[in-house]
This record gives sequence, structure tokens and C-alpha cells, in this order.
Amino acid sequence: MFLPIWKKLKYMLLILVLSKEASVLKAAQISSESDKDWINQAIRFWTFTDPSIQIIALGAILIGINCGLMGGYVVSRRLSMFGDTLSHAVLPGIAVGFMFSQSKNEAVLMIGATLSGFLGVGIISLLKRHTKMKEDSAMGLVLSGFYALGICLITYLQQSPNGGTSGLESYLFGSLVGLSDRDLVPLCFCLSLIIICFILLNKELLLSGFDPSFARSVGLPVDILQFCIWILMAFCIVSSLQVIGVVLVSALLIIPASTAGLLTYRMSQILVYSGILGALSGIVGCFLSFMGERLPAGPVIVLCSTLLFLAVLFFSPARGILPSWFRTRRRGQRIRFENTLKACYQVLESRSFSSQSFPQTALAQRRGKSDAEIEKEIGVLIREGYATRQEFPTEQKSELPSETMVSLTPSGWEIASRMIRNHRLWELYLTKEASYAPDHVHDDAEKIEHVIGEKTVRQIERILDNPQRDPHGKPIPSQDDIDRGWLSPPLVADK
Amino acid sequence: MLDFAEALLDPWSTREQVIWNLQIVFMGMMVSLSCGLVGCFVVVRRMALLGDAVSHGILPGIVTAYLITDSLSIGPVWIGACLAGLGCGASIEWLRTKTPLREDAAMGLTFTSFFALGIVLLSLEAGATHLDPACFLYGEIGLTPLSPKLELWGLPSGNQALWNMGVVCLTTMISVIVFYRFLLVTSFDCSLARSLGMPVIWIQYGLMLLLALVVVASFESVGVILVLAMMILPPVSSAFLFHRLPSILMCCLPLSIFYSVAGLQLAYSMNFPISASMALAGIVIFLPCCLLGPNGGVLTNSKKLKTRKSSRDLSAN
Repeated sequence: MFLPIWKKLKYMLLILVLSKEASVLKAAQISSESDKDWINQAIRFWTFTDPSIQIIALGAILIGINCGLMGGYVVSRRLSMFGDTLSHAVLPGIAVGFMFSQSKNEAVLMIGATLSGFLGVGIISLLKRHTKMKEDSAMGLVLSGFYALGICLITYLQQSPNGGTSGLESYLFGSLVGLSDRDLVPLCFCLSLIIICFILLNKELLLSGFDPSFARSVGLPVDILQFCIWILMAFCIVSSLQVIGVVLVSALLIIPASTAGLLTYRMSQILVYSGILGALSGIVGCFLSFMGERLPAGPVIVLCSTLLFLAVLFFSPARGILPSWFRTRRRGQRIRFENTLKACYQVLESRSFSSQSFPQTALAQRRGKSDAEIEKEIGVLIREGYATRQEFPTEQKSELPSETMVSLTPSGWEIASRMIRNHRLWELYLTKEASYAPDHVHDDAEKIEHVIGEKTVRQIERILDNPQRDPHGKPIPSQDDIDRGWLSPPLVADK
Repeated sequence: MLDFAEALLDPWSTREQVIWNLQIVFMGMMVSLSCGLVGCFVVVRRMALLGDAVSHGILPGIVTAYLITDSLSIGPVWIGACLAGLGCGASIEWLRTKTPLREDAAMGLTFTSFFALGIVLLSLEAGATHLDPACFLYGEIGLTPLSPKLELWGLPSGNQALWNMGVVCLTTMISVIVFYRFLLVTSFDCSLARSLGMPVIWIQYGLMLLLALVVVASFESVGVILVLAMMILPPVSSAFLFHRLPSILMCCLPLSIFYSVAGLQLAYSMNFPISASMALAGIVIFLPCCLLGPNGGVLTNSKKLKTRKSSRDLSAN
């Protein structure tokens, strides 16, 4: 399903490399043309012929992959809110970097942002270590304090006479407009850094994340590895800021990785999945933002990844909410009709297997239910092919209405006798091997009869040495009886 | 020195300016007082980041209420915000308990998604509205004096925005005073509260509703992120000064006056947004509290540790 995306990615990487050499990529405003026809727009987007579209699409995909890969570790180390704090704490750094360079020089901005992010992280750990403040208040304090400082500095810069500061506003919500080929360089750099780190330090990162004390005991530098994660996180956040914006960049760290966590439990697979999911939401969000006139890119990309999360949460075949709800329902249905079939067997048994069919009213008596309910249950059995029903007119003289006779088909018989066999064997097992009182075993057997497997039943039979009777003296149908389709004469005769 | 005095007095030079700025200061004071009062309990319960999450999560509710009623009056906006806030809280709880997600991931996922939804709704309907995404981020407290004049019984009785915030502030104070015992016990010892027969869950929900009310009333002035600053700064600063919760709550009043006055001065002299400079003023007062505060400040703490260590050395000798 995801293969086309990978192919596309490869294709676009190729385009990037080729076009970089030809240096034809120019920063251009997207959707600046007056082409209002949305089909044309969509075609224009998905064919990737326009260089500016190539840049924004590639940028969105790269950001998605970066944040998705990084998010795998962020979520598994419970650093989600930490990522949020870090992303807010970089804002003053951007402003200060701008003050120093007097232009939108990416390198300086990135250095400033990373430094101020680290300052924020350092303050959090200092506050946590040296005062009685709890982690959440420390994070909230740093988040809002740094953010306020950043807002102040940015406003101050915007009012200063030398213009050209309009780009800073876009760091709040992000925009794809004005993403140039130069902006892709830090993204590619960050991606390669993340991939190299993850491949080289795979084992160490895994160990120190999931069992820090063991990692420390085998001599791994856990603190340095944690620091490593922080640096990567800071790079990842800072390089994505321009497109996603300060407020929402943490969402891209959290959501694709959480989605991947719903799909699989293995870390390597989580990383791959969340990278793919991030890229997918990046490209789709980028497309929607391109189509809509005023849609800011960051929120749309985040919403796309939320939708992917919801889709996986509800529909993923293995653990999705709807599939497991259906499974539970189906299991409930199976248990219900297995119980009905069991009751049929018990009715037949009470009539000493004298005939293959029995009246429906006897079943109703047996189960203690109304005729209408039994009618419905038998209906289900007939639909599934486990029973047949015949109307037998009673004798002419009688005033009674005609009687409905039910008989089991071979498959119905098989299930019914198997349930009885499981039930009685389990009762016997509990009384003999676990020394339960014979009147305490019924409820337990009532549950286990539906789930116990053929292999276990055989094993129990072997342990109990092929018993004939259950603790209440009733005959246990053997495998032969089930295969033959009717109870063997000696047992019936015994009865 | 003269420059400093000039800068200090500059916002108060003419009568119009004094009236204008007093309104802003009063607004800022009420915002930070009500945020601080709620924030004390939020911080004690270690839910500071939940406050952040709720303040982001109410955005789609505000925007939807605005789009439906086409006004920013506090009633519908509050209902919308409360619904969105409750939805946010409920989905965090649901994700945390019913799916393999951890609490922090559930929180981060929910509130960012809600916020993104709000921003997208806003930008879909943007243009004709005066709701501006950036306004949500740092508020427009400076425009308080521009809000419509209210007339009560034919008499001019001041500013609509101020009255709204005043009602919210009064509600917050009254509910904190009335429910003080419940809030205190549930915050510090949940199981004791349960054994005393207190409706712990309902108190929790009540606090959340109060939080939503305060955030909604304040977002227009200080924006969703700085609400967090206004909520966290007063309790954490005063916790370094005092040990008991009543004193910490009391301390919110002088702190909020300081925040709004100092914030205004800072904003005037440096051309900063007023709300952000209020938060900066908060940070400025937090630093000495954290370093020198008698109740667990960093320097006093280390001094105490040193004396304890030396006395231990003496006794060992």
C-alpha cells in the first residue's frame, strides 16, 4: 500500500539531485497563478512538473519523515510534552539569531534556535534538580516564559526600521509559501543525521530507552545517549519550524509515532511505519494546503496525521476498535448458538435418543425461554445449516395446534455433542484432578466449553483415562460418537 | 536616571492616557488574578500541562461558537469552549485508558489536533472576521479600552470587557472561597477526600469547568499560551515565599498587580505586546523568588544544606 509513496520519494529525490545540479529550482510563490480550476490545480500538484511544487512537496515529505522517525523515540521515552516545550522554547533563539544576522539566514537562525532550546531544557532540569518544583510546572514555566520572550523579541524586531522581517511571523503557524531549495538543505541534513544515528546507535538507544538501569549497569553512557536524543529532537524541530510552525511541530513528533504504536510493537517497525505515516500526512496536508487558498500548512498537515491516527485506531485489522468489536460480537453469537445446540442435545438425551427429532416446545422448556425466542434461535440454527424443522400435524381429534419438530443436521450434531463432551470432560477434570466439589464445576465448564481446543480435550481425556461418565453420572460422548453422528448403543442402553 | 523616571511616567502623563492605561492594568490584574487562583490548585495537582492542553483544546469550540452566533459575546463562546474543553479532556482520558497510548502522548496528540482543527476552521472562514490566529497566540489586551461602553439604567457604567472579566474574576474568587475545603483536600489527599465522602470526580470536573471559564475569559486578552504563564507563574513564585496554601492564594493579588503594572511599563518602554511583557514581568519576579525565597529557594537551600553538613561534621568530630 505504501510502496507508491516510496517510489515517488525516490523519484523526487532523483529530481532534486538532478535539478540542483542544473540549478533551475527557484523560490516561487505557490498558487500565485490565477488558475482557479481545482482539477487542473490537483493535476498540477500531483504531476510535480512545477519546480516550486517539487520543493514544497519534497519539503513536506522530508519533514514528515524526520518528525516521524524522531517521534518513535520521543513517544517511547515519554518525551511528548517535552517536545512541545522544546518547540516553544526555540522562539527567542530565532529572534536573537535574526538580530545577529539581520536577515533570514537559515544557519544562524538554526543555531540560535537550537541554543535557546537547549537553554530551556537546561533550565527545566536545573529547576527539577535544585528546587521542589515538579516537572510539569517547570515545563509549563519554561514553555510560556520562553514563548513570551520570543513574542516580545519578534514584535520588537518587526517594529525596528530595517524591514524584511515578515518571514518571522510564519514561524508561529508555518507556511509552505516561500519555501526555497535552500530550506531543503537543513531538512536533508537532519534526515541523514537521524538515519545515521539510528542505524549506528540502534541497540544502545533501544536499551537505554527501555531499561535505563540495565543499560547503566552494562556500562552504556545513558545520559549522553539521552543528550543525543535531545540534540536530534532540537534539530528536527528547528528544521521543521518554518513549514509547521512553533505551536504544532510537536504534534508531528507525537501523532505518526503513536499511530505506528497502534500498528506494531517492534521498535524498528514503529520507526519505519511512523516515517511513512509522517511522509504521507506531509504530502496530503501539503496538497490540501495548496488547494485551499488560505489554509496554513502546519495545521492541515497535523489534521491529516490525526485523521490517519483515527483511521488506524478504528479500522486497523489487528487491533482496531471496529474490527475487534465485530470479533467480540461474532464470538457472542457463536456462543449463543452453541448453547442452543447444546440444549438440543440435552433434549434429545432426556428422551433417551429415541428419535432423531424433538418438539420445539421441549427445547423452550429446557432453556426456560418463550416460544418466540426459541423460534428465533432455531431460525438462526436453520440459517446456519445446523438444524432442520418440520411441521407435524397432531392427531385429528386433538385441539392442539400442529407441533413443530426440530432435528439436527450432521454438522449441528457434531457441534452439539462436542460442546457436551467439552463441558462434561472439564467437569470431570475439575472434580478429579483439581478436587472441586461436583456441584461447583458447572459454571466454570459453561465458560470453558466454548474456547477449549481439540488438542486440550484429547489431553484431558488421556489424563482421565477415557472416562465414560461425568461427575453427575451422565455419559460423555466420545470422539467416535461425534464422528458416527449418533450416540453408541451401549451408552444409550446404559441410560 | 532621568530617562528611567521619564520612561516610568510616560504612560501616565495625560488624563486620557491615565484612564486608558488604568483600564488595561485593571484588566491585566483581573486576568492574572483569576488565572493565578485556579492555577494554584492546578499546579498542586500536577496538572499544569493539562491546563496547557485545555487552553489549546478549547479553540475549535470558540471558533465554532463564533461562526454560529457571529459574535464574541462571552455566553455562547463559553459554552462552546467548555464543550470543546470537555471533549478534549474526555478524549485524553479515553485514549489513555482504552488504547495503548501513554498519558503524555494522549495529551499531546489530543490538544495539538484540537488546536489544528481550530486554526483550520478559523482560516477557512477568515477574511470577514476580526478573529486572527495570531490573536489567539498572544491576545490583544491593549485593545481593552476600545470595547463597547456599557450602559446600566441609562448611566454610563464603564467598559464591557472589564465587566465580563470582573464577573469571571468574582466567580473564581467566590468559588475558590466557597469550595476551598473541598479543593484543598482533594488536591493534597485524594483518598482522604474519598473517605470523607467528597465527590472527588465532580470536584475535578468543577475545577476543569472553572479552568475553562477563566481560559475563555482570558484568551482574548492574553492568548492561549500566555494563559499558561498567568496560571503557573503566581503559584510557583509564591510557593518559594510561603508554605501554606492560603498564603500562596493571597499572594496572587499583589503578584497580579505587579504583573499588570510592570507589564504595561515594559510594553510601553520597549514596544512589546502587553500580554507577553506581563509574562516577562512574571519571569522577572520569579527569578529572585526561586533563588532567594525562604521556602526552598536555591541559595537559601544550599546555605541550609551547608550549615547542616557542617554541624554534622562537628558532631562527627
